[in-house]
Amino acid sequence: MEPLRKTEKDIHPMDDLLRMDRIPHIWCPGCGIGTAVTAFAAGLAKAEIDLTKTCIVSGIGCTGRVAGYVKLDSFHTTHGRAIAFATGIQVANPDLKVIVFSGDGDLISIGGNHFIHAARRNINMLVICVNNFIYAMTGGQVAPTTPLATYATTSPFGCVEPPFNIPYLADSSGAVYVARWTALHVRRLTNSIAEALKKPGFSVIEVISPCAMYYSRINRLGDGLDMMKFYHDNTEIRHGEDTKNLDIGFQTKIIVGKFVDRERPTYMDSYNKWLSGTKKD
Amino acid sequence: MKYWEKPFGKEKPKVPNGEIHILKERCKGCGFCVEYCPKDVLEMSDEFNTKGYHPPKIMNEEDCVNCGLCETICPEFAIWCTLKEEVALEN
Repeated sequence: MEPLRKTEKDIHPMDDLLRMDRIPHIWCPGCGIGTAVTAFAAGLAKAEIDLTKTCIVSGIGCTGRVAGYVKLDSFHTTHGRAIAFATGIQVANPDLKVIVFSGDGDLISIGGNHFIHAARRNINMLVICVNNFIYAMTGGQVAPTTPLATYATTSPFGCVEPPFNIPYLADSSGAVYVARWTALHVRRLTNSIAEALKKPGFSVIEVISPCAMYYSRINRLGDGLDMMKFYHDNTEIRHGEDTKNLDIGFQTKIIVGKFVDRERPTYMDSYNKWLSGTKKD
Repeated sequence: MKYWEKPFGKEKPKVPNGEIHILKERCKGCGFCVEYCPKDVLEMSDEFNTKGYHPPKIMNEEDCVNCGLCETICPEFAIWCTLKEEVALEN
């Protein structure tokens, strides 16, 4: 195989943010996780934050491999515990900006408890949750975000469980910034990531991504490009929409936008305030 | 403080013209850049790379306006564009 870099001209502008010894990545052709990572790298460049004080934490799964590909201080944790590890990093060193980049099966299913409690405490971190509606790495099992009546490997007659609505879950648990975009809305996703990186508190960005090998193959939805065309025709941008109305059904309209942007004292702020108050007495 | 533009002798608006770079060996042939290029500059080619995918090829590079959408939508970090020159708009 030819070397990927032949001359100086063959260096992609994002190569300095990636661990080039691990590229090409393992994601399938037509997958949207790579697009989310590109938007994340562009958002980091746009926010102009200090990359030496930024770290990224991932769990297990397809999206869980992001921490291995991004050249920041990165941490690849056990399944579902990405937010728990990120909480530890944030509390031990409050100067760091912690980014949790993981999938729906990791963050909402096995790590659901950590998700709601980190949102309740309002720990200063940005959670980017790539939602592809399925456990893709293990072979297409039903995830807590799988829409009703969707076929999956473990639901051959259609999924009967109502799915989680991630923005509603984050909003009701107390997140300060909640947005949802698809892998097609790369510009808006980039701007949203850059905005959320500067916001103190628990921010959640849900990225809806095509899964070309499992979700769309089992449900006969075509390849990744067909899913992107579906997002193009069936998404509606509604900023400030009530998060109750954001349920996603099987091939129904997807509402995207920035839903919540509010101020709450973060965990470290209230902790330090409380501590200084008690020490005075 | 200036409140209005200079009406006469004002420079004509310029359109940027970009140069597209493709790393063919990284491409997995998903077709996102070809489908969503706003100026339809790219097209899938018939050639194969070493992994057996069809990378995109450049059809009419003079139409590229250096918007950078291909760079942002590519999941493989395989395509990007740089500013070549700025062309003054014809009347």
